Formats: sequence, structure tokens, C-alpha cells
Amino acid sequence: MKKFKRVMGAAMASMMAATLMAGCASGSSSTSSSTAASSSDATASTESGSSSASGSTFKIGTIGPLTGSAAAYGQAVANAAQIAVDEINKNGGMNGYQVELKNEDDELDSQKSVNAYNTLKDWGMQFLDGSTTSACSIAVSEYTKQDNMFQLTPSGSAADCTKYDNVFRVCFSDPAQGTAAAKYISEHKLATKIGIIYDSSDVYSSGIYQNFVTEAGNDGLTIVSQEAFTADNKTDFSVQLQKAKDGGADLVFLPIYYTEASLILQQANQMGYKPTFFGCDGLDGILTVDNFDKSLAEGTMLLTPFAADAKDDLTQNFVKSYKDKYNDTPNQFAADSYDAIYAIKAAVEKENITPDMSVSDICDKMEKGMTEITLDGLTSQDMTWEASGEPNKEPKAVVIKDGAYVSAE
Amino acid sequence: MISFLTSLVNGLSLGGIYAIIALGYTMVYGIAKMLNFAHGDFIMVGCYIIFTAVSTMGLSPAVGIIASIILCTLLGVATEAVAYRPLRHAASPLAVLITAIGVSYLLENLALLIFGADAKSFTSVVKWSGITLFGGQLHIQGVTIITIIVSLLVLVLLQSYIHGTKNGQAMLAVAQDQGAATLMGIDVNKTISLTFAIGSGLAAVAGALLCSAYPTLTPYTGAMPGIKAFVAAVLGGIGSVPGAMIGGLVLGIIEILAKTYISSQLSDAIVFGILVVVLLFKPTGLLGKITQEKV
Repeated sequence: MKKFKRVMGAAMASMMAATLMAGCASGSSSTSSSTAASSSDATASTESGSSSASGSTFKIGTIGPLTGSAAAYGQAVANAAQIAVDEINKNGGMNGYQVELKNEDDELDSQKSVNAYNTLKDWGMQFLDGSTTSACSIAVSEYTKQDNMFQLTPSGSAADCTKYDNVFRVCFSDPAQGTAAAKYISEHKLATKIGIIYDSSDVYSSGIYQNFVTEAGNDGLTIVSQEAFTADNKTDFSVQLQKAKDGGADLVFLPIYYTEASLILQQANQMGYKPTFFGCDGLDGILTVDNFDKSLAEGTMLLTPFAADAKDDLTQNFVKSYKDKYNDTPNQFAADSYDAIYAIKAAVEKENITPDMSVSDICDKMEKGMTEITLDGLTSQDMTWEASGEPNKEPKAVVIKDGAYVSAE
Repeated sequence: MISFLTSLVNGLSLGGIYAIIALGYTMVYGIAKMLNFAHGDFIMVGCYIIFTAVSTMGLSPAVGIIASIILCTLLGVATEAVAYRPLRHAASPLAVLITAIGVSYLLENLALLIFGADAKSFTSVVKWSGITLFGGQLHIQGVTIITIIVSLLVLVLLQSYIHGTKNGQAMLAVAQDQGAATLMGIDVNKTISLTFAIGSGLAAVAGALLCSAYPTLTPYTGAMPGIKAFVAAVLGGIGSVPGAMIGGLVLGIIEILAKTYISSQLSDAIVFGILVVVLLFKPTGLLGKITQEKV
């Protein structure tokens, strides 16, 4: 018996140690991995990158998690890129040249994302549509910067994703959503008195909050309450809601994730407070909370780059091709990736880029071309890009109706 | 005035939850003289049991709560027997404390493994929507009233059990001096097991009320309320059952008033600041007894 206890004790101790170590490992992986691979692969593949650029086709690569917990994101990016490339090839190609596409898996790991990039470079890639997620995209950008390879991330939203000149993005950056949300609310006259509940311990949430407050001031919106919560105190929102209610807020802005938002909706309902709730992409997922009473979310609005039920021809054709080919409804990642391919096409044609140019020359011309194009895409009309890599686009919103997203237009 | 009353009611609602968690904490500490830092995670386990029974298997909430109490009681007794008892006479009293933190991580990670990190929306076990006063200006939620009634009921039952039954007397004896209790023919192991059984059963009840008031369930649901309730127990005087009740209510009210009138970001700092001040003037907490070392 005594021995058994010892064994149990040891087992418990090792389990605890394992969990602690696992925590450390996942936290530091993104930083350590990018330095580890820097010396080994970079020199080996620069030559092949430039030599293979003398073909007669353009080569575009995508990187994203095709397997694992975030596979839905990476697959959407790869699938939508395939649809865009097929369309382009059928309609005479990009600047008259056919396009080849290759998709690589990074399993949501920044180290593997860099490996995927090197694989694609060996293949002769000239444009990168990736990486799909922020941390991976930042890791890969260290190498694309070194190689001067043009990189357009469809969905890397962290501010740092576009810190280099050669990297552009299709989605809004996290903080830019705050500006977009305030503009949307004022342009559509959704409310004049606004309450805000945000997470002051989270970079994503407080970034959006600050930009929202700045823009709201310019747009004549009155903010009647701005209350924070922190990661350690996120179950009771009675005070934050009460202050919004006492201030007469007819819209409560929630730049937070959906788990806390689901609690806020429930507590507002118990208080009998029924403002319009308005959130950003962090709210996307609120309808998937297990056992959540969807009727509480009725009328809640959120900014999202893409609504699959939009009535315009571009969206409807895209959704149809996607459903026919992959038997699934495309999500925002798919739309971002589709737009990324067409943005590359537009810039290539603007600058008259040909496949025989070197990767570095293509990148220099693309950096210029991207700032000169205007694209009507799935995620916005009249998209333009700044030299910093940020897109200027029209925010789109969806409203939750009968437990599903419907375009707010 | 109404806004102050509303804050007060919100404070009672939060404080009632802290109080019922603190009762379990203080019970175990008072008798076994150990801090069961996994208490908050017993609550989380209790919530998942109710969630599974009610939302997944479609049983009635009453069955869910009873199942939760039984299973949590077994979990508490088993944890004590496997993880705490062998270390009770270890060289350092810290050993049991560290093990309790280990058990807490173990339970959280097991829940993460079984149920995933996704938040689950908990169906309230309290169906009553509450009462409305002053022509609809002040609303007191049903779950708040039930929580306070249940806390008071638990308080009375615990007090009469500890002071009025033979097992309760044995607990008091163990609390005073384990060695002497053994000499008096009291089975210390059995008594401490019983204490854990009651404490963990209370955790299940607290879990049902916590998740009814704040209906989102994740593997970390119990962690922060557990710590706050520990603070409440210390504020009230750890080891004192009525102290836990008062500490919990006071803590909840201070937290909500601080959020309302000072800052929603600083509320935790204010709550813990007040704890420091109280302990400076009353080191044993509001109702704590000063135990003199008898020679």
C-alpha cells in the first residue's frame, strides 16, 4: 500500500511537471523557432529561388494549417486560392501567363511555416499567399524580407505581420477594426450614445478599444460609458452593463471574444437591458457556444470581412464554385485568400511583371504595384493598399437573425 | 439611491456566491488545518457533472445536482486519501499545500482533455426569475435570493452538525489537537475524510449556484472564484463558519461598489487592498478567534 502511494505521488508530480513544461513550451515556441532555422535553410535555397524564376508560368504558394486544430483556416485559404487560380487560368492567365499553385501545411506552427516557405521557394515560388495565421506569418516574414519575396498574408491580422515593406495583408489589422467599427456605426446611424465593455488585459481588445474611441470622437458619436474587465475578473458584468444602461447607451460595443460576450448577453437579458450589441471578428463564434440560447444574440451585429449570403454576383459565384468543388460554405479566410490572388493579379498586370524576372525584381515592382491598384473583391469594394501594407477597405457587418448571420445591408 | 441599491443587490449576488464557496474552504481549513487549493476545481468538476447530466443526457436538474454532490463527495474523499493524507505528517506543512496546487492543475487539465477549452453555456438550475421592487426599478434575481437562502441554510446546518453531533464534536477535537484526539479514541483519518466529504459536497452545491448565476462553463471556471472565496474566508476569519458567510458577502459588496464608484479595472486591487488593511488591524480576520498556545 505504501508503495502504491509513492507511485501515485510520483505520477501526480510528473503530470504536474509535464503540464507546467507544456505551458512554457507553447508560450515561447514562436520566438525560439524563428531564430533556430534562420542560418540553416536561408543560404541553401536562395539560389534555387532565383534560378527557377526563368520559367514561363507564374508560381504562387500558400501556407496555412491544412491539418490539426485550425485546419479549417488553412484549407479555406488553399481551396479559395485554387478557385481563383483556376478562374484566372481559364480566362487567359495573369498578364498572359498561366499560374501554378502549390499549398503547404504548417500545422499552425511557426517553425513548420518557415519550413513550408523553404519548400515552396525550392519549388520556384514567386508570390506567397500566406501564412494564414498571425504568428506563422510574422515568422515567415523574417525570411521573405531576407529573400525579398513578395508576401501577401490573407488573414494575418496582428499589427506586426506587415512590419516589413515586402509584406501586405488583405484583412483588417486588429486595431484597424476599431476605426472601421466606429465609422460603420456612424455611417449607418446605428446609435449616437455608445457604451463600451472591453478587456483591458488583452492586446487585441484594448487595441480595438483605443482606435474605436479616437474614431468615435471624429464621427460625432457620444461614448457614455467605457468600462473594462480583466482576465481575472470576467464573470460578473453587472456593473459594466448597469453603467451603460444608466448612461442611456442604445448600442454597446464589445471588442472582445465570444465567450465573455455570451455571458454579457445573458446578464443584460436578466437585467432587462436590450441595446444593440456590436462586436468585431472576436465575436464570430458566439453561435457555436455549446448550449447557448441563440435567441439572446438576436439582433447582435458584428464586423466581418465576408458574409456568404451576400447578394452580389461576385460573392454568389464564389460561394457556388466553392460549394461545388469542396462541398462546404466558404468562410472569411477563403474570401481573404481569393482576394489575395486577385490582388496579386492586378498588381502584376499593372506593373507588367513577367515570370522570367527574378523573385527580388518581382517583389520590388509588386511593392509599387500594390499601392496603385484598386480591387473590387469579396471582402470589400474599391480596396486599395498603403505602402505600409495595410488595406483600405469598406467594413461589412452581419446581423444575427433567427440564429444565423445575415448581411446587415 | 436606486442605483446604489442596484449595486448593493449586485454585490449581494456576487457575495452570496463567494460565501457559499468560502463555507467549504473554511470548513476544511478549520478542521484539517490545510488549505485545499483544489476546492475551486471541485466546483468546476461539479458544474461539468451537472452540465453532462442535464444538457447532454437530458436528466432533470435535481438529478444532476444530486449526482454532482455524490460524485464530488467521492472525489473529495479520494483526493484526500491519495494526495493529502500521505503527506499530512511530512516534514514541511508546505508539502500538502503544493500537492493541493498540483491536484488543482490535474483537475483543470483533465477537464481540458475531456471537455475541451470551448466554453459551454450552462442552463440555470434556478428557474425562478426573481422579484421586482419599486415599480420595476430594482430587480433581484431568483438565483441571488436562492444563493443567499442556501448559504444561510448551509451555515445553520453546519453549525448545528459541528456543535450538536458526536461526529461534529470529533471534528472539533481533531481541529484542536490531532494527537490528543487520537488518544481520546477518535479516528483522525475517518474524521478528516468526513470533513472532506462535506466540504466537497458543498463545492458541488456552490458550483450549481455559481454556474446558474454566471452561466459560462470552462475548465477554469472554478479557479478565480475559488481564490476570491479563499480571500473571503480569510477576511471573515479562516476556520470560522459564520466568518466565511460574512466575509463572502462583504467581499462581494466591496467589489461591486469599487467597480461602480471607483474603477472597473482597479476593483481587484481595491478588494485585496482592503484585505491587507483588515488583516493589519485584525490579523485573525473579522470573526477569527485568537488561539492561545497552551503549555
